[in-house]
Amino acid sequence: MLKKLKQLLFLFFGIAVSFTGYSQEMVLIKKGSYTPLYGTADKKPVQVASFYLDVYPVTNQQYLDFLIKNKTYTKSQIKRIFADKSYLNYWKSDLDFGNANPNSPITNVSWHTAKKYCESKGKRLATMDEWEYAAMADAKTFDARNKKSYNQFILNWYETPKTYNNVVGSTFKNYWGVYDLHGLVWEWTSDFNSIFLTGESRKDKGEDGNLFCGGASVNATDLMNYAAFMRYAFRGSMKAPYTSRNLGFRCARDIK
Amino acid sequence: MKINKLIIYCFCGLLMLGCKSSTKIETEEKKQAVLTEDLSDLSVYNLPSNWTDQNGNQMQLPDLRGDIVVVAMIYTSCQAACPRLVADMRHIEKTVNSKSKSKIKYLLVSIDPTVDTPERLKKFSIDNEMDGEQWLFLRSNEEDTREFAATLAVNYKKISPIDFSHSNIISLFNENGELIYQQEGLGVDYAPTIKAIEEAANKL
Repeated sequence: MLKKLKQLLFLFFGIAVSFTGYSQEMVLIKKGSYTPLYGTADKKPVQVASFYLDVYPVTNQQYLDFLIKNKTYTKSQIKRIFADKSYLNYWKSDLDFGNANPNSPITNVSWHTAKKYCESKGKRLATMDEWEYAAMADAKTFDARNKKSYNQFILNWYETPKTYNNVVGSTFKNYWGVYDLHGLVWEWTSDFNSIFLTGESRKDKGEDGNLFCGGASVNATDLMNYAAFMRYAFRGSMKAPYTSRNLGFRCARDIK
Repeated sequence: MKINKLIIYCFCGLLMLGCKSSTKIETEEKKQAVLTEDLSDLSVYNLPSNWTDQNGNQMQLPDLRGDIVVVAMIYTSCQAACPRLVADMRHIEKTVNSKSKSKIKYLLVSIDPTVDTPERLKKFSIDNEMDGEQWLFLRSNEEDTREFAATLAVNYKKISPIDFSHSNIISLFNENGELIYQQEGLGVDYAPTIKAIEEAANKL
């Protein structure tokens, strides 16, 4: 009898552990089309297939767990081609994130290291279209990009310093059930290197030339363009080994 | 008595098995050590990607170790910028003069792996008179291609079913896969690129 009880207890704990061990909740983002603000020559809508997305950005604690199993990705062992010198530079040592909150988003990670983290979980980084598609929602609407409140929230965030110190889940839950796409940190996407805002390809520049000149009146479209332009311009300025204190990531997964 | 002997035999057998497997592990570890030996942290040969060349042969980037490698990323159905990028590569190849010319490889990597099959790359190489030993055309899957491009700071995006935007960058790698020079843009003066290639080759 006691033995059976013990077994049951073990089973129970086993299940509990495996649930928490599966560190990240994901939600389904249903397929649809959207017109990106930048990146298409003809401003045609882009199809996005259904996919799963992490509810929260990856945290310091989760990244630490990853490093314990993948020591070659610690800051003393990482190869320079995969991450620059500021990789995890707020960490005290290889396996100690110092004063940072365990539930704050991991930042100062490179594209390569973020990618590797997701792969270690059987996931991948979201594509830029997937990320933008999920992130155009506010709490109630699937595409809130024309709402002033949505854009104002993003712009207010741009003006707020050190939001990377906040814990994940501290911003709003969006239409899909995803938190923190805006308001916490910027996030890596798998194809971040598909941006042409740096004058390499003139025809893909979109309308950003109008952004800073002669804009006496600011309407919702301007706000929308500005909020998105900042995001695209930031991605366009990044290289794969770069890291930044306000740049983290979350993972996505195909539907199998 | 018999049983005892049997047990001893089994035991010895197990011991030998144990020895065998442990020596096997040792040699495997040694092999790996040799592979990554003195590969610098900045070498592009640290990338774990798989490629296929224009002749259908499978290869990995470290197979290029020991050669100077000049790289451009293209797609064969390209009408706009690639012909000029390809022409630049051809011109550079013709102009470079070095005693170690046979140690310089000119590599064109496809950013459109679904369309650019090995057969298509082969045809492209012949049509563009780039079918000598020094020319190498490679394709991989979408993900490894994206990673390779990211490492070279080459940006690209599919902008319509047949067209891509892409950076026009020619990169130069030394014999250990370290990036030593990049030429950016079309129609730029490629004299510095040629000089950099010759210097790298003459050091071999």
